Amino acid sequence: MESTGIIPRLEVSYPDDVLHSYQYCGQDVVLTRKKHILDICSFIRDQCAMNHLMFLCAVDNSRRKEAIGKNEYERFEVVYQFYSMTTKHSIRIRAQVPDDDCSIESITSLWPGADCLERECFDLMGIHFSSHPDLRRILMPEDWKGHPLRKEYPLRGIGEWAGYETLKEKSLELRTFDYRSSQKGNE
Amino acid sequence: MGQLNENDLVKIKDGVSFIPGASALVGPLNRIINWGRAGSIWPVTFGLACCAIEMMVAGSSTNDLDRFGIIFRASPRQADCLILAGTITKKMAPVIRRVYDQMPEPRYVLAMGSCACSGGLFDTYAVVQGGDNFLPVDVYIPGCPPRPEALIEGLITLQKKINQEQGRWSQLV
Ligand code: SF4
Repeated sequence: MESTGIIPRLEVSYPDDVLHSYQYCGQDVVLTRKKHILDICSFIRDQCAMNHLMFLCAVDNSRRKEAIGKNEYERFEVVYQFYSMTTKHSIRIRAQVPDDDCSIESITSLWPGADCLERECFDLMGIHFSSHPDLRRILMPEDWKGHPLRKEYPLRGIGEWAGYETLKEKSLELRTFDYRSSQKGNE
Repeated sequence: MGQLNENDLVKIKDGVSFIPGASALVGPLNRIINWGRAGSIWPVTFGLACCAIEMMVAGSSTNDLDRFGIIFRASPRQADCLILAGTITKKMAPVIRRVYDQMPEPRYVLAMGSCACSGGLFDTYAVVQGGDNFLPVDVYIPGCPPRPEALIEGLITLQKKINQEQGRWSQLV
């Protein structure tokens, strides 16, 4: 796929925000700072005809030591994939989000469909999307502790979820009503 | 009224016979009830993950669960069997327990697939390590996913189990 020509325009319009850009498999990728992400996204949508948000996800870079050393990467990044229905081009924006200020502007005002995607990022990666209308967990139970897709989160979890403990206690209690236990006198 | 001859009875299974013309069954109550229950296992329509696809195949025409009297019911209140078909996540577990609690006695649980038996390959924070952690499982069906034949085998095992029950009808549970 030929270049979309968006990168030079972005570099001119947002010189302080664009950190780095490259092409991979013919697709434009831009690394940006998170500060003006809403402006960048609305520029891409309105000036560059990128009218479709294909996906939005987050990456934990903490095991990419060599990359973090380069000073361009932060601990987290939010990845936006945009597609243009008219020109059939796509572009990827990787907004860097540092560990100590783990929040980024929500783009739900531009694409309402980003709502659930941002909730998923918040749920599993712990990235806060400011000005999101309803930032709750979406996959894990609401009282879950921790963010499972962070690299430091152990595979088997931290402790047990309270709701599951309650369930196990309840089912032990109800076990006395099972057929087998009341059957004993009959054998 | 002539005398009822042993040869007039139609044998349905060991100990259960049918009297033609009289619409009556003769045999020990235990056997008759167990025969009726084993021949009408109604599982609740309830799937959890990929195994549910295989459960649907078992219900479709090639394998045809209906010939065993196994008919999927859309409400747990009409069902007497819960097939745990798939991965049980911790968030889903209380819901499954509620479905089970809504089923009237007698009720049976089948754990279908390695996930429902033991957590399978998902030894992770989100997955229950076996349905028997919070439900009384009657039959375990291994496989990932088990073929429809394996599910049928599991249901036949359940029928055998039902046929061995003693006096479950008299229990005030
Ligand atoms: S046992 Fe295999 S097929 Fe069945 S739910 Fe688990 S992963 Fe899916």
